Amino acid sequence: MSTTTTTYSKKEIWRWLQEVTDPEIPVLNVVEMGIARDVTIDEEKIIIKITPTYSGCPAMSAIEKEIKVKLAEKGVENFEVKKDFSETWTTDWMTEEAKAKLKDYGIAPPGKTTADDDFLKSLKSTKVIPCPYCESLDTELQSEFGSTACKAQYYCHDCDEPFEHFKCI
Amino acid sequence: MSTKTKTLTKQEAFFEYLVRLADDRLILGHRLSEWCGHGPILEEDIALANVALDNIGHAASLYEYAAEVEGEDRHRDDIVYFRNDPEYKNLKMVELPKGDFGFTIARQFLFSAFSFFLYQGLAKADDEQFSGMAEKHLKEIKYHLRHSREWVLRLGDGTDESHQRMQDAFDGIWTFTGELFYMDEVDELLIDEGLGIDTSVFREDWKNLVTDVLEEATVTVPDFDQYMAEGGRKGLHTEHLGHLLAEMQHLRRSYPDAVWE
Repeated sequence: MSTTTTTYSKKEIWRWLQEVTDPEIPVLNVVEMGIARDVTIDEEKIIIKITPTYSGCPAMSAIEKEIKVKLAEKGVENFEVKKDFSETWTTDWMTEEAKAKLKDYGIAPPGKTTADDDFLKSLKSTKVIPCPYCESLDTELQSEFGSTACKAQYYCHDCDEPFEHFKCI
Repeated sequence: MSTKTKTLTKQEAFFEYLVRLADDRLILGHRLSEWCGHGPILEEDIALANVALDNIGHAASLYEYAAEVEGEDRHRDDIVYFRNDPEYKNLKMVELPKGDFGFTIARQFLFSAFSFFLYQGLAKADDEQFSGMAEKHLKEIKYHLRHSREWVLRLGDGTDESHQRMQDAFDGIWTFTGELFYMDEVDELLIDEGLGIDTSVFREDWKNLVTDVLEEATVTVPDFDQYMAEGGRKGLHTEHLGHLLAEMQHLRRSYPDAVWE
């Protein structure tokens, strides 16, 4: 006899989701990243809503697959991973712990997002990003685009280390 | 011969609107991807590949939604790989060959500036999935605009050669900029439904932004009222699109059942 969906609790599902990490930033899991948005359980199936970080991020399909593998591993049979665009992913959803983990990993974490209205004015300035290694503010933007869509490349003039910054979106 | 035109339903118009938006981004993304391994410096190679990926990602979600709106159980890949050039509705601007780095940057700047204003409007569309998608794409478009604007400034106000190439790029692409603001019955119907955007409302803002940046880059701003090419939205394209599609669609059409992995 197969198990019914109602034998699982939401808490359990969320805990399992925490075991799924981002393939490109392995120190963070999909819950801390704010990628897994919602879990609903009804008689027929368990629905997990995820929202993409960046539209073209190749990690998204890997993440979707890993969530499916994880749930299958735990013996869950009737579930669906649904992409949802109704809410727009923002780095503001990352927990403080997640940001601290990023910094320890050598990636300068994102700051708080600001309103759209000032965007055109902000084109004329660049934000100062502190070096994740030595905290120096004497850093320079090298490229808005780094090894993945979500990161920019910086250089620290104090410790002479290149580093990545998780862009604030 | 009957000249009676069929009245467009909201569903048909919305499908067409989504496909037009998606076609622009897919074709531009494809052109940008041609830089992969050929960028002038490593950082730019990576940057252009990233912008390409964003555009193809935007296209993918728009096609997926278009297929859902259409409701005929088509996969987004069917729309991409099994249409010929007259069925593609992208702007002519995006299908032009990538040219030199200056041309790629000039096009990217003009298109990103347009997309920035367009998507600000679409993010308020009366459809939760569509407006959410637009809001998400807008965040990335801002990076594309920031990136291309900086290169226009650096190259325009750079050496004699880089200045000349930037000037040539803008002069060459200018005739394709009018089409950005083309509207027809599809747009009109959707504007009424709260799903589409009347692009004439931000035309001045776009012109001002472009003029500011070009002037700062010491590039002479071509005439906004010169002759403008059109036709992309009706499926009338330059000869370049056919070649692009041949390359893009070849594998899928030769091996229709091929899958990744």
